[in-house]
Amino acid sequence: MTITHESNTESAMPAGIVQDRLAHVSAAAYRIRHHALNMGEVQGQGYVGQALGAADMLATVYGDQLRFRAEDPHWEARDRFLLSTGHYAIGHYAALAEAGILPVQELETYGSDDSRLPMSGMSTYTPGMEISGGSLGHGLTIAVGMALGLRHQGSSARVFNFLSDGELDEGSTWEAAMGAHHHQLGNLTAMVDINALQADGKTDTVLRTEPVTEKWESFGWYTQRVDGNDVGALLAAFDNAAAQAAAVGRPSVILCDTKVGRGVPLLEEREKAHFMRIDEHEWQVCREQLTAGYEGKASA
Amino acid sequence: MSTTTSAAAAAPTVTAAAAATPAKPKLKTSAMIASFADPGQKTASAPFGHALVKAAQENDRIVGLTADLGKYTDMHIFAKAFPERFFQMGMAEQLLFGAAAGLAETGLVPFASTYSVFAARRAYDFLCLDAAEPNLNVNIVGGLPGLTTGYGPSHQATEDMAIFRGMPNLTIVDPCDSIDIEQAVPQLAASDGPTYLRLLRGNVPTVLDEYGYTFELGKAKVLRGGNDVVFISSGLMTMRALQAAKALAAHNVDVAVVHTPTIKPFDAATVLAEINTDRLAVTLENHSVVGGLFETVASAVVTAGVGKRVVPVALPDQFLDAGALPTLHDRYGLAVDRIVAKVLAELG
Repeated sequence: MTITHESNTESAMPAGIVQDRLAHVSAAAYRIRHHALNMGEVQGQGYVGQALGAADMLATVYGDQLRFRAEDPHWEARDRFLLSTGHYAIGHYAALAEAGILPVQELETYGSDDSRLPMSGMSTYTPGMEISGGSLGHGLTIAVGMALGLRHQGSSARVFNFLSDGELDEGSTWEAAMGAHHHQLGNLTAMVDINALQADGKTDTVLRTEPVTEKWESFGWYTQRVDGNDVGALLAAFDNAAAQAAAVGRPSVILCDTKVGRGVPLLEEREKAHFMRIDEHEWQVCREQLTAGYEGKASA
Repeated sequence: MSTTTSAAAAAPTVTAAAAATPAKPKLKTSAMIASFADPGQKTASAPFGHALVKAAQENDRIVGLTADLGKYTDMHIFAKAFPERFFQMGMAEQLLFGAAAGLAETGLVPFASTYSVFAARRAYDFLCLDAAEPNLNVNIVGGLPGLTTGYGPSHQATEDMAIFRGMPNLTIVDPCDSIDIEQAVPQLAASDGPTYLRLLRGNVPTVLDEYGYTFELGKAKVLRGGNDVVFISSGLMTMRALQAAKALAAHNVDVAVVHTPTIKPFDAATVLAEINTDRLAVTLENHSVVGGLFETVASAVVTAGVGKRVVPVALPDQFLDAGALPTLHDRYGLAVDRIVAKVLAELG
């Protein structure tokens, strides 16, 4: 279990992550990856690499942290999960299906005409999709408003904003980071998928965002950095963030180092691309590799 | 840098010289916030701020935000009355409107103020995707619309309506005076989708009380009839249109004035009924001739198949000068005398 960085805090690490939570979230992550591969196959292409990379983050949030009612996605007291990175919708739809908010069989309509599941996530299309992401750098600004609005109305609901390291290029992300700290939005948690990859190539060749940890720390956030593909580390980090959560307090960020294509060695080893191409015959290979890896880990 | 240093060093000499010579003629200077009220004109102080307070007393979902321009958009009145319902977002317009959308997502009714240039040019993407696409009740309050400051293109929102008219779901209101603003605010709060108010702030003229007028969102109103010319106007240019109509009466020219404070959705029916006559038709707006009231009217005329020439009184399609507001209004044709001259020339 690796939390490589944690802001100074008086709250102790919660006592041991119990095994059934680990198993539950790992199984959810496996199914999210499996759904994503199936959706990618229907399209013949897509943002499968990102979905595989972020599956553990999504599984941890939807499988362990978020308060919601599957049958009532607009339940007023729900925690809000804002997908800022619209093209990660493929992973988010899989997580919504895993959470019971979307029917699993609907996933095969992903990206098709008249589907409720467009390639880039939109709140007006999909139950459980809180915002229309895609124009990057928006999510955290909306999250600030939601966190302010919920607190103002006495709600104890929390706001989670999923964003990518590419979105750290956007100035608006940092406007929001300042605003969240200024307004002491202790009910806000940001989770950043650091896969070190963006549209034109590796993040450190496009626009160097490191040192990311120090940036968030200096903006006044309770900052943790974890291996975003280590479910145990994610659970510990989210538990720490939950322990920190308060109506008035430091906002929390969990920086998650992830690997594009995680869980499918064929894709993990492929040259990294923002929009991954996978040949027709490879989808079954991907699924088999995913299952073999998951079952191997589960039995280990 | 050396120029600055030497100028500062030379300053005492210049002052001494000035004291020994006759006083120079007083220069007309520009101001960030210039009033367009005429001397002695009846005005109301900060009508937007007071109207928002009044609306908020009746609707506890109303909240206020600003991006470091509370005092300059009359939002400070609301902030003082309801400190718990006011959120200062700092000089961060993308955050301002993204957060306004987030507040609206939780069921609140935000009014978010900044200057029109920053709302339209700087935060468009946030308004478009976060507020307009989900059709949220986010109310944009934009100060210094059109040519209401002498500060030059950085502050003159001469194309704000052109930018915003293309945004689906957005209601655009260009009020004439304090009456319009006072009556519009509760209606903007009550309307479901996003709105944009071209704010007039500070001491705002009170004009429309003399015309038995009430503001109705989405409606144009005929303020006065006339047989020779029909003015279609919005914003502060309705005040100028009324003044020009009075001045033209002295030239035996009878002018009707139709005020269209809602630019979108546009009350084409009322306007077309007035335009489709033998009278000279003139549009008057505090905005570029591109993409504002003139083109809104022209589009309605053409769509209806009305074969009618329309004469625009509007700002030119160029970046405007800095300077004193009266100088600039005269230079760019918004002053009453310029309107009168233009109409007389058109009538031959």
